[in-house]
Amino acid sequence: MNQVIGLYSYWVVIVLMMAGLYIMIARYNLVKKIIGLGLFQTSIFYLYITLGKVDGGTAPILIDGENVVYSNPLPHVLILTAIVVGVATTAVALALVVRIHEAFGTIEEDELKAIDALEPDA
Amino acid sequence: METLVANVLLTFLVFIAIGIIVLRDLLGAVILLGVYSLIAAGAFVVMDAVDVAFTEAAVGSGISTILFLGCLSFTQHKQKPRGHDSLAALIFVVITGGLLIYGTLDMPHYGRADSAAQTHPELAVRFLEQSASEVGPPNIVTSVLASYRGYDTLGETLVVFAAGIAVLSLLGLKRTRREDEAPEHAPGDTPSADVDERR
Repeated sequence: MNQVIGLYSYWVVIVLMMAGLYIMIARYNLVKKIIGLGLFQTSIFYLYITLGKVDGGTAPILIDGENVVYSNPLPHVLILTAIVVGVATTAVALALVVRIHEAFGTIEEDELKAIDALEPDA
Repeated sequence: METLVANVLLTFLVFIAIGIIVLRDLLGAVILLGVYSLIAAGAFVVMDAVDVAFTEAAVGSGISTILFLGCLSFTQHKQKPRGHDSLAALIFVVITGGLLIYGTLDMPHYGRADSAAQTHPELAVRFLEQSASEVGPPNIVTSVLASYRGYDTLGETLVVFAAGIAVLSLLGLKRTRREDEAPEHAPGDTPSADVDERR
């Protein structure tokens, strides 16, 4: 039981990660794929923040007092960077989707493949 | 108690993720993704990561939702129904997830103060003890972000700049020209077609 409580957050993170991966593999719609990517990214953020948490700790902002316990600030910094980079990735991906829709009139992967097979030069 | 709150919020996230998988309406899925980010931000506050929570709420739930909505306004709202066989994908995902869960069995438990991440003398311990005298600000995350890992932040800025250039070169200049030439292909016509479909 102790094991389950201690590891529960990791397991949920893995379930979320796999949900994102499943969307990316099994859904043909390109916007849906990017949503899956976002799901995957956020689950990774969660994994890092979970690793930084210390029981009975407080946010890593220095306060006066004896024996204050702080959570680990390093994962927070890494994830701050990752969130911003993740949004930059999403923006480029969505711009590509808009261009694909302009050029082909569809954002479904199988239809795109069919069009591509008909006119390989396009 | 804190752990309980965090775990309940995490469980919400799983339900939202299932909703995103099932939903065919892309607009609904995008809004669910925004809700997902917002709940994740709440959970980050419970886990003491207040700076991350700010950023996730503003950037993850705000800006990226706006980007998705902008993209949807240029494309279509519906994911086409597909009866394709996703059993192989399901099996692959379940096997990968099972292996990862097997890998967590010897990970440090949630909230343990004696795990390697918490006790490394050159990282967290040094930041907590020395940053007030070495850098100054009481918020240790700020000190680490701007000073100890300043090159990371510089690299992040470069990535965002590169992404901005990429988006502009993909969309920006070309779009205005195209709208001048053929206003009937303006972004508004796809959503109205979508409305027609719903009738």
